Amino acid sequence: MADLTLLQSAEPLDPASPLAVRGLTVSYGEKPALFSLDATFPVGAMSAIVGPNGAGKSTFLKAVLGLIPRVSGDVSAFGRDVDRVRDRIAYVPQRASVDWDFPTTALDVVLMGLYGQVGLWRRITGAHKTHARACLDRVGMADFADRQIGQLSGGQQQRVFLARALAQDADLFLLDEPFAGVDAATEAAIIEVLKSLKAEGRSVIAVHHDLSTVADYFDHVMLVNLRRIAEGPVQTTFTAETLAEAYGGRLGAVQIDALSLQGA
Amino acid sequence: MSAFLDALFFQAGYNAALVAVGAALLGFAAGAGGSFLFLRNRALVSDAVAHATLPGVGLAFIVMVALGGDGRALIGLLAGSAISAWIGLLAVEWMVRRTRLSEDAAIGAVLSTFFGLGVVLLTVIQGMSRGRQAGLEDFLLGSTAGMLLQDALLIAGGGLLVVTAIWLLRRPMTLVAFDPAFAAARGVDVRRIDLAMMAVVLAVTVVGLKLVGLILIVALLIIPPVTARFWADRAERVVWIAGVIGGLSGWVGAALSATAPALPTGPIIVLVATGLFVVSLLFSPTRGVTAAMIARRAFQTRVHRRQGLLALARNEPIHDRLTLRILRAEGLLRGDGVATEDGQAACARIARDERRWSVARRLHKDTALTGRYDGLTPIDDVFTADEITWIDTHMLAGGSA
Repeated sequence: MADLTLLQSAEPLDPASPLAVRGLTVSYGEKPALFSLDATFPVGAMSAIVGPNGAGKSTFLKAVLGLIPRVSGDVSAFGRDVDRVRDRIAYVPQRASVDWDFPTTALDVVLMGLYGQVGLWRRITGAHKTHARACLDRVGMADFADRQIGQLSGGQQQRVFLARALAQDADLFLLDEPFAGVDAATEAAIIEVLKSLKAEGRSVIAVHHDLSTVADYFDHVMLVNLRRIAEGPVQTTFTAETLAEAYGGRLGAVQIDALSLQGA
Repeated sequence: MSAFLDALFFQAGYNAALVAVGAALLGFAAGAGGSFLFLRNRALVSDAVAHATLPGVGLAFIVMVALGGDGRALIGLLAGSAISAWIGLLAVEWMVRRTRLSEDAAIGAVLSTFFGLGVVLLTVIQGMSRGRQAGLEDFLLGSTAGMLLQDALLIAGGGLLVVTAIWLLRRPMTLVAFDPAFAAARGVDVRRIDLAMMAVVLAVTVVGLKLVGLILIVALLIIPPVTARFWADRAERVVWIAGVIGGLSGWVGAALSATAPALPTGPIIVLVATGLFVVSLLFSPTRGVTAAMIARRAFQTRVHRRQGLLALARNEPIHDRLTLRILRAEGLLRGDGVATEDGQAACARIARDERRWSVARRLHKDTALTGRYDGLTPIDDVFTADEITWIDTHMLAGGSA
């Protein structure tokens, strides 16, 4: 008991951070997917969450948002409880989580991002639609506004999802594998938008699986495998040692060499 | 025929008019109310709800008789059915959340258990010496005999309530049906919205028990949304079109059944709805079987025409019969297998298109554009005129080299 009291009386989580967690444990059944994880993401930066398959990367985002229950741990966004700042957090789930035959157009999907502003009762006005179209335009999808969502390619669907997050005008963007299964043009378009968000002082945190682009795209990185392996600026944190620790034998020496990292 | 028209326009007597109005309202509420469960891919939940009403009817009867009544008060029977259906729903929800059972298995278990219990209770009731048991089995298949104004008002009131609830909750319901993870991240209580969708279906079921019965109400909750999906590509339209289809089925079905004394109303309504479904399945312009067949044929024709012209351009023989037939029918090929003037022009165009594509795929940097080459798409659909000029310059350069 004494230990628990000690934990609870620890210093408050960094109120300047868009997302900070301490002692986060999440479990499916009795097998933890994340164990006692600490993290503090910097504001106005692009952060990557990196780790092997099944390391708990997506689980981290879901647990932070309260989509799956936490066994223990504190989460704070902008120094407050996540429930109180949901409007400031935009979430882009994995594409696979959606029924693609659902009767909805690209524009309707983006309008869903305005759910917080429009609420239950008010009408969707022309101004809302103009805003939604502008968001589609920002991801290069303005011409596809009236297409049924299932008719779009994987990359186009991902862009529409990003536009929905943009419509929300949030300060923190959480993206779950935004580049999974998209074409090169879409990847370039998405990274362009994310960089412009960063330039506006917003924070981006993405689960990322392509190790070769981590150093190009991101400022800050957290390596995860059940526990936090390392966290910090990409230059100093994304090293051969930390990668070997996160991936174990799954990542061969050749692959690590190919990334031409410092300290390799 | 005139009997049908009379019934359709409420000229077939007071009772028939009440039934037609009641069935139309019920159909609308059921069609719209079932839509969100359908969009959430959980249409079968309504089956569990409907079957789980039966023990409630039986228990309510027994309780009312025990309290000294004759056990036939409709409001009491419906309250009983609502309570047992709600318990059934919670049982399904609990099993899915707390165990490893999938939803369809949980639905199957709850549905059969509750229905079995209900049948046992009805059998017990038949043997009771007190109370007026006759007519309880109407709750299985519905009955319009002796429909009263208050029954129609009950349906109208319940239907209005359901439609209002759907209208108020349309946004969170659409959000949850499309992307529950995103909805939860936005702070929508997904479980509560799911329960609201089920409560809507439960209300429709209870209100419709007397008219169409618990077995066929399921059809009114599922068939109209499925039908509406053939005509709409947006969730809200699916909901309201489903309402209209349900209402139309109710109205026309009630009128049809009024034309002859032996035609049961509930089943006729369901058959009318099924008729609309079959028509939509066959003839919907976007998702129908006929449209898909026509689109497939058109595509096949394009492929064969292109393949045939390419073969002609390379002086290769054409063996495929369909290719030959298409080229001849379009006046591109003569009976003796030689290209007509039009055919030669088409050959030249297509050969040039192929050459342009091959240059573009070798030299153009934008893989998103060159990736659209599929052997069939003309290059003018992908690249702008000035880009094609650029491609042509390179083609000439390549040819001379």
